[in-house]
Amino acid sequence: MSSNGQVSVVVTGLGATTPLGGDVASTWSAMLAGTSGVRRLTEDWVESLPVKIAAPAAVDPVAVVGRVQARKMDRCEQFALVAAREAWADAGSPEVEPYRLGVAVSSGIGGIGSTLTAYDALNQKGWDRISPYTVPMLMPNGAAGWLSIEFGAKAGAHALVSACASGAESIGYGIDMIRCGRADVVIAGGAEAAIMALNIGAFAVMRAMSTRNDEPERASRPFDKGRDGFVLGEGAGIVILESEEHALARGARIYAVAAGAGYSSDAHHISLGAPDGEGVTFAIKAAMRNAGISPSQVVHVNAHATSTPGGDPLEARAIETALGPDAAGVVVSATKSMTGHLLGGAGAVETVAAILALRDRVAPPTINLEDPDDDITIDLATKARPLAPRTADAPMAVLNDAFGFGGHNVALAFTEYVPSSSTAAEA
Amino acid sequence: MTDQEILAGLAEIIEEIAGTPADEVTPQANFVDDLDIDSLSMVEIAVAAQDKFGVEIPDEQLKDLKTVQDVVNFVSKSS
Repeated sequence: MSSNGQVSVVVTGLGATTPLGGDVASTWSAMLAGTSGVRRLTEDWVESLPVKIAAPAAVDPVAVVGRVQARKMDRCEQFALVAAREAWADAGSPEVEPYRLGVAVSSGIGGIGSTLTAYDALNQKGWDRISPYTVPMLMPNGAAGWLSIEFGAKAGAHALVSACASGAESIGYGIDMIRCGRADVVIAGGAEAAIMALNIGAFAVMRAMSTRNDEPERASRPFDKGRDGFVLGEGAGIVILESEEHALARGARIYAVAAGAGYSSDAHHISLGAPDGEGVTFAIKAAMRNAGISPSQVVHVNAHATSTPGGDPLEARAIETALGPDAAGVVVSATKSMTGHLLGGAGAVETVAAILALRDRVAPPTINLEDPDDDITIDLATKARPLAPRTADAPMAVLNDAFGFGGHNVALAFTEYVPSSSTAAEA
Repeated sequence: MTDQEILAGLAEIIEEIAGTPADEVTPQANFVDDLDIDSLSMVEIAVAAQDKFGVEIPDEQLKDLKTVQDVVNFVSKSS
């Protein structure tokens, strides 16, 4: 039990495949070094679009999962499988009773690449030339299903879809699955593979994307005055959530406490954040309350900050409002400046980064932040910055924000793991 | 086309779709029990076989094609 009377949930495994690297270690070291994963696209279809840049995954997932299995899986499902295998091995491949092992993994869009391929096959060759795996490839719960098969998870496989908040919402749901007694271990996170003409066109027509085509590495620049929209990325992030009791019983290495989640919905506009940032503020406060932590424990926020003109300042103000006077000591990072925006994978990859920031006591940089918005007063790290506890008597905490079209706001809270006195006495 | 040629062509298709090495695609091999091919992959194999051998495999026939030899016989009979 944690101090707020809930089942204590800890993180015992991490996995990621991102524009910066094919695993957690390479992603994290590239992030700390301030590396951009954004590049000029070379596909023919780029010529007809105003956006010619993106952040493709560093490692082709087909090379990892194998050609034969990849034929049955959408690229986003492949990313999820790659990251989940890494996270599972990282957790020590725990032995879990199948009905005590759950999955909460989703994507924002689902298998859009498979949908497009099938539509081309339908029009050009006929219905009977569509892959028989098309439906499992396009459904947004496909990754959850595949992971349940891979790891024999029978406690339930869930796909929480909330656009760009999907990955974070899935992790929040995974925490709840363990707290409410449905599972001892949950594989949680998100994945996305949407670097295709239709998606780029659809976001571009909303005027949501950066068109800094001649300077790809400088295009994603959250909180900078010169920002002109987000850059699309792809990949996946997965965490292994586990009850503290289960983790201790098997002697697992514990990264952090998955301390809590907070949610809200703006009920304002289908794609624009509410101008007052009230919903975001509410979600951040709710996450801290749910985690049983005070703002003075928070040392770092991995912001959602996508590099859109409207969204970034709104989040900055919400962080300030939610943390109150304690906001002044919090180091904020926007890692989308390096990875681009992984949509449904974003909240999960950024959770991995936030947990590693806590472990290594270092905040990753926000690159391209050369001239911050005048009205932004939060403390943004432009270089990797050491983190230090702010209170002597309580563990350090980090937050991860994720917001999605539809008005979804999610905040997650993680704290340093400190063995409880009762646990220590039992041990 | 000889049965041997049909078998070789079928083995190529199965290797492409299911990843089974061609030398494991023996006449007596059962698609489900021996080659671990599910009903969805079987649909792909049937379509590829139709294209390669120029024969129609109706759905009501497909469900009766349990072994590699069953397909070889069907193609041989129909072509």
